[in-house]
Amino acid sequence: MVERAEPIAPARTGFPLLPVLRRMAAMPLKDPFAFTGLLIYVLFVMVALLADQLAPVDPLEILFTKTGKLAANVPPGAEFWLGTTNLGRDIYAQLVHGTRSALAVGLSAAIIVSTVGTVVGLVSGYFGGAVDAVLMRIADMALSLPFLPFVIVLTGFLGADTSNIVLAVALLLWPNSARVIRSQVLTLRERAYVEAARVTGASASRILFVHIAPNILPLSFVYAAIAIGWAIITEASVSFLGFGDPDSVSWGMMLQDAFSSQALSRGQYAWFVPPGLCIILVVVAGFFISRGYEEVFMPRLRGR
Amino acid sequence: MAALVELRDVVKHFPGARSLGEIVRGRHPAVRALDGVSFDVGARDAVAIVGESGCGKTTLGRLMLKLVEPTAGSIAFDGAALSGLSGENLRGFRRQAQLVFQNPFEALNPRFTIYRAVAEPLLNAGIDRAEHMDRVASAFRRVHLPDLERYLDKYPHQLSGGQLQRVVLARALVLAPRFLVADEPVSMLDVSVRAGILALLREVRDAMGLSAVYISHDLALVRYLCERTLVMYLGRVVEDGPTDEIVRHPRHPYTRALVAAVPVPDADQSRAPLPIKGNVPDAREPPSGCAFRDRCPYAMRKCTEETPRLKPAAEGHAVACHLE
Amino acid sequence: MILEVDGLQIEYATRAGAVRAVDGASFAVPEGRIVGLVGESGCGKTTAVRAIMGVLAENGRRAGGRVLFKGQPIDEATTRKHLWRDIAYVPQSAMNSLDPVYTVGSQLVEVLTRRGNASMRAARARAAELFDLVGLSESRLADYPHQFSGGMRQRAAIAMALALNPSLLLADEPVTALDVIVQRQILDMLRDLQQRLRLSMVLVTHDISVVAYLCDDVVVMYAGQVIESGPVREVLNRPRHPYTMGLRNAFPDLMSDALELVPIGGSPPDLSEPPAGCRFAPRCPFALTACETTPAFIANGALRTHVSACLRDAETDTLRTAALDPATWQRSSNYAMS
Repeated sequence: MVERAEPIAPARTGFPLLPVLRRMAAMPLKDPFAFTGLLIYVLFVMVALLADQLAPVDPLEILFTKTGKLAANVPPGAEFWLGTTNLGRDIYAQLVHGTRSALAVGLSAAIIVSTVGTVVGLVSGYFGGAVDAVLMRIADMALSLPFLPFVIVLTGFLGADTSNIVLAVALLLWPNSARVIRSQVLTLRERAYVEAARVTGASASRILFVHIAPNILPLSFVYAAIAIGWAIITEASVSFLGFGDPDSVSWGMMLQDAFSSQALSRGQYAWFVPPGLCIILVVVAGFFISRGYEEVFMPRLRGR
Repeated sequence: MAALVELRDVVKHFPGARSLGEIVRGRHPAVRALDGVSFDVGARDAVAIVGESGCGKTTLGRLMLKLVEPTAGSIAFDGAALSGLSGENLRGFRRQAQLVFQNPFEALNPRFTIYRAVAEPLLNAGIDRAEHMDRVASAFRRVHLPDLERYLDKYPHQLSGGQLQRVVLARALVLAPRFLVADEPVSMLDVSVRAGILALLREVRDAMGLSAVYISHDLALVRYLCERTLVMYLGRVVEDGPTDEIVRHPRHPYTRALVAAVPVPDADQSRAPLPIKGNVPDAREPPSGCAFRDRCPYAMRKCTEETPRLKPAAEGHAVACHLE
Repeated sequence: MILEVDGLQIEYATRAGAVRAVDGASFAVPEGRIVGLVGESGCGKTTAVRAIMGVLAENGRRAGGRVLFKGQPIDEATTRKHLWRDIAYVPQSAMNSLDPVYTVGSQLVEVLTRRGNASMRAARARAAELFDLVGLSESRLADYPHQFSGGMRQRAAIAMALALNPSLLLADEPVTALDVIVQRQILDMLRDLQQRLRLSMVLVTHDISVVAYLCDDVVVMYAGQVIESGPVREVLNRPRHPYTMGLRNAFPDLMSDALELVPIGGSPPDLSEPPAGCRFAPRCPFALTACETTPAFIANGALRTHVSACLRDAETDTLRTAALDPATWQRSSNYAMS
């Protein structure tokens, strides 16, 4: 055998970050639905980032016509692409700026939910015992709370701020991912190679990090994608019911506005259809992506 | 000389699944996987633990490696009780006691290269990186996998069962342990490959002076590997003695049935009915007294009332039976 | 002969091209005898039996050869349409394929009424009869599969196979997953069935000890071909093919005093690129250059006689003596690598 000067050991021996990320990134390329979903997300992210350029008008500014009259309920045209609200606000600007709040809500909820859910799932599943019992009881309590009423009550106590809505959503959504990840950890924990790691003296954190977590990550992504949709819908619902943040522009707030000013009876479709469509698009995109990662996680056998 | 591994009255109960009736009545039937096992493994001993499924042999193997905690009783390695081990002492134990798995396809993380899999114990033990290559190479030599470079970057799915099992063995040996537990090491391998792995296990044991415990349901295999055999039934040791004696002059009625039941590659072997009745009883409610009495052709009244203890019947040969 | 297999060739279509899992298998099953089909995994024994039964996977097809049942040629279509009553098949995981939500008795009755056209009453009576035949107590008909032990489930699976009075039973590894005492009980039960019902059987297994215990004749397969066959006593005591000789050495015998286990070096060939010539030649300690270019398998199955495909069959006695010496196998270049 040839003697080597340099050991041919691979450089990384910890969490296989690059391979995992590579696998996560490769998924949308294989699944056309997930790819569409990703495209939609990317589109909305661009809109959110370029909101100021795309719609350089303050969405809450009350606008007046050249003649000095309130520019209320102007139909869609060259000057106002989607028309104006009954208070003279530019609908198109609201839609574009609303993207920011939607994505902020969605992404922050997704990050919190998937992080908390994954950590709790890993700890609960691997260590079991009292830790598991306590965490799962808390999860059960969170799951038993009715969604919308809880969000409303919480914002009632803490204030109708968007971040409170995100908090409320996260508090109610983390148990789902935690429970599923926990049960997956329970299975992985019994695998022979995990047992082998224990026998060869690996510490618990090493086992969790190196052997178990990489297999769990696709699940975390699944729940993150789901959480985005849920958060956006919840925020929209809460705003629609009038409990939302009055200072922020969101699609839900637009719907609430349109509803309370009876836009439907006036036939002002350009006011409430676009925000509704956007909500649907983002949620469906999230669903497609989550479905793609679910496939990564549990590949279904499709022929040979 | 003190034994390397000492077990005293080890008991392991698992909570059993309860039917609605049992829940309502407040009963908590436990699966008594091990019901009071005591024996020693000396340095350089090769001991086999045989029995059919449900006898507790796999649980025993895991207890000896501190992968599972006993419900009662004690296990000591090199004089130190396993239950008291933690931190650096525990890591020290883990370096000295290793496991060879039944299923070579599952025993390696499918995402690790072979090199990484075999080097992992070195990482866990905090051995300096510079030494890894040499140690892995020497482990590979021991298991007769030539051309180390051919394997290093491969993944488990690219190797055959026999090669994988050698890799698993290499991983177990890379820290030069003193004690090895092999759980059905060849049962998932092809017939023509088994002989090679068995020969390797024997050779490695001799060359490295290991103490080894082989868990198997296959008496024929065990005879090839071990000088001493323990026969288990429903969580208890029913016979303990030199393998040759156990096979040629079994004393416990269960052992007699077991030995008679093993087919051999001889077309003229005996086909006499087995000296045993019925089926294995439910592990949650084993019979009182001797666990084997329901199936034993020689059962007496005493067998229902009193659990037989393991007593010496001949030189180095103990049996747990009232007939002795 | 109740079953004759002649030059059977089975191909699987895979992404890497067609693979011949069985490439010229020939053997015969005399009526009322138990024939063991033995070989390692990948040798084609399971495929051969599934082909006879007509239950190959979707990408498998018969590429050549013929199968005669009771003198009549059969193929998958005829087997499925006419012969599923007469040939019974117990697949490898039969004991795990019982439906967990129905009692075992009702599953048996269903087979009898649906496929056997019996009336409910006749079916129930026959179910009890079948249970008795396989050594299960009649009261167990009302139990669910999870209440049965592994051995009992295997008996139930065999009872289902016997429901329609087949004349031939094909059993794939029926005792592999069972404990040794239960295994012996099932083997005894199978022998009992042979005697009581004059049932012919093909028993597929990798374990030559099981073959020695139960079978009257044995067919040895390697890499998709039959390389030796004959009465079991002769094949085991005086093997004629080096592979069989090596197999004997590799099987620990509980009762023998010899404690030398000699593995056969190397591993079976990759069937997507089968070697030209004798397929065992790369691992054979007696291979000559001619062996590497001349195919060596049994082209037509007799069975009463002991035949071997080895090209050096004339020297078989000398080879056999040499095969008993571990050094013969250890000298082979493949020895260390298996």
